[in-house]
Amino acid sequence: MIEAHALSKRYGERAAVTDLSFTVRPGVVTGFLGPNGAGKSTTMRMILGLDAPTSGSVTVNGKAYARHRAPLHEVGAMLEARAIHTGRTAYNHLLALAATTGIPQRRVDEVIEIVGLREAARKRVGGFSLGMGQRLGIASALLGDPATLVLDEPVNGLDPEGILWIRNLLKDLAAQGRTVLLSSHLMSEMSLTAEHLIVIGRGRLIADTSVAEFVRGAAGGSVRVRTEEADRLRTLLAGPDVSVASAERSVLEVSGLTSDRIGRIAADAGIALAELTPQLASLEEAFMELTRDAVEFQAPAREPALAKEGQAA
Amino acid sequence: MSTITAEPVTSTAPAAPRGQVTQARVLRSEWIKMRTLRSTFWTLAAALIALIGLGALFCTFTASRWASFNPHERADFEPTLTSLRGYFLAQLAIGVLGVLMITGEYATGMIRATLAAVPTRLPVLWAKAGLYAAVVWVVATVGSLIAFLLGQGILSSKHIGTSLSAPGVARVVFGAGLYLTVVGLLGVAIGALIRNTAGGIATVFGLLLVVPVLFEALPSSWANHVNQWLPSNAGQSLVTLHHQAHTLSPWTGFTVFLLYGLVALAGAAYLLKRRDA
Repeated sequence: MIEAHALSKRYGERAAVTDLSFTVRPGVVTGFLGPNGAGKSTTMRMILGLDAPTSGSVTVNGKAYARHRAPLHEVGAMLEARAIHTGRTAYNHLLALAATTGIPQRRVDEVIEIVGLREAARKRVGGFSLGMGQRLGIASALLGDPATLVLDEPVNGLDPEGILWIRNLLKDLAAQGRTVLLSSHLMSEMSLTAEHLIVIGRGRLIADTSVAEFVRGAAGGSVRVRTEEADRLRTLLAGPDVSVASAERSVLEVSGLTSDRIGRIAADAGIALAELTPQLASLEEAFMELTRDAVEFQAPAREPALAKEGQAA
Repeated sequence: MSTITAEPVTSTAPAAPRGQVTQARVLRSEWIKMRTLRSTFWTLAAALIALIGLGALFCTFTASRWASFNPHERADFEPTLTSLRGYFLAQLAIGVLGVLMITGEYATGMIRATLAAVPTRLPVLWAKAGLYAAVVWVVATVGSLIAFLLGQGILSSKHIGTSLSAPGVARVVFGAGLYLTVVGLLGVAIGALIRNTAGGIATVFGLLLVVPVLFEALPSSWANHVNQWLPSNAGQSLVTLHHQAHTLSPWTGFTVFLLYGLVALAGAAYLLKRRDA
């Protein structure tokens, strides 16, 4: 269980995190989502006591992280995969970390086995691929067999097989009753791994909800209608808050009306429908919709940019 | 690298006994870190080679030229210091490695893993400083002894050597090891204060080598009072056989040098506790 209360962090003039409150519960994978620069890593560093909050507080299992006598057993963390001295072998890196709380060598061999690094364990980390570095980061998070895991962008740099592996690993860990918090800026990944979402943008909380709820609640929500009498239906549906687009002759994309209402109107007019499908916004779209105002660096809208290029040429 | 199915992570019962972080455990962890980096061996080897090799070289040179030395040169000749001259170069290697003990972790990001494992932080600094000082003391003391014995062996061919039992000689030989130990300590402390390899190294050697030269420029009425208190000048009075004017007495000087190291370490501890990692 991770609880943040009115957490804020300023670096000089810049506010990295502002008044952030959330709870990460055990038993489910919680996704920590936000565009780059939204304050995810800062928040995670505060959870681990690496950065001190400017105001507010965050506790892990009821205590500030630094107050735990055996921190590696409370929280396993992977903060950016490369928090590892490149001159040391993977095995020795884990051995040194394990020694801080007297974790035996046997457990080091175990976690190396779990993350599938046996062959590379005696090689120096400097020569590791990004994916191997991620696996080593996860191995160090698992060392103390902790009840809480905090992973910053764990799928970055993994190949598809590795992504599938970590997805299953995290779900298993959550199913065992652990608290799992992982950050990502990739929505699509989150929809497959996480059940709960905490979304932040520019250091502020945007949403704290289940993944299903998040998609449902997001804007969009148009209805796809297919019928031979598309033109007639279109006139019947017309209204002040309704917009109807049509990509094909027999297909309408209707926004502003529920599928129930459209079905009723069509039935009343005796129009046969071949298809009536509420379109769920994808997680990606929902996320972009929510964070549009909260991205720190935004590309200029495309058309003016193109126009400028045209002028230059 | 091909475990697609995630194995249950906690298949085994409580895999790790729920041990607490203790200073002894952090010491053990830092010892593992220190001995598993190649740079530790190479840098300490470089320090030993400088210490022993240069001493042997100067002694050989002196012995072979002794016949052509004029009386003035013969009067100035000091067998103990000639055989230990290499400590001046060895301090470079030891200072650099001291800085790297800390900044190597900042440069690679390892420091965040370290401080997450030991969130009270100070045990890490004590362990690094204590371990490194102990290792340097052993290496530098053994190195100084070898350099001295080897050098005197070479000089004895011309009957111009000395022995450990001569007045002040043992103090100088062991003093070289102590001086280098504090250089190492200062390196660790400054590394922790600056947190950047280039900046840390520049600061250590600015303090030890450049500052004394700059202060030479002071009018002698000031320099005579001030310069003996500068870190390396104070420390090197332990590695001087005959007391000279305007220098501190050997053990006073060494105590002053040690205090510089401890104050820097205290400053590093204060900032380590306060700063974001």
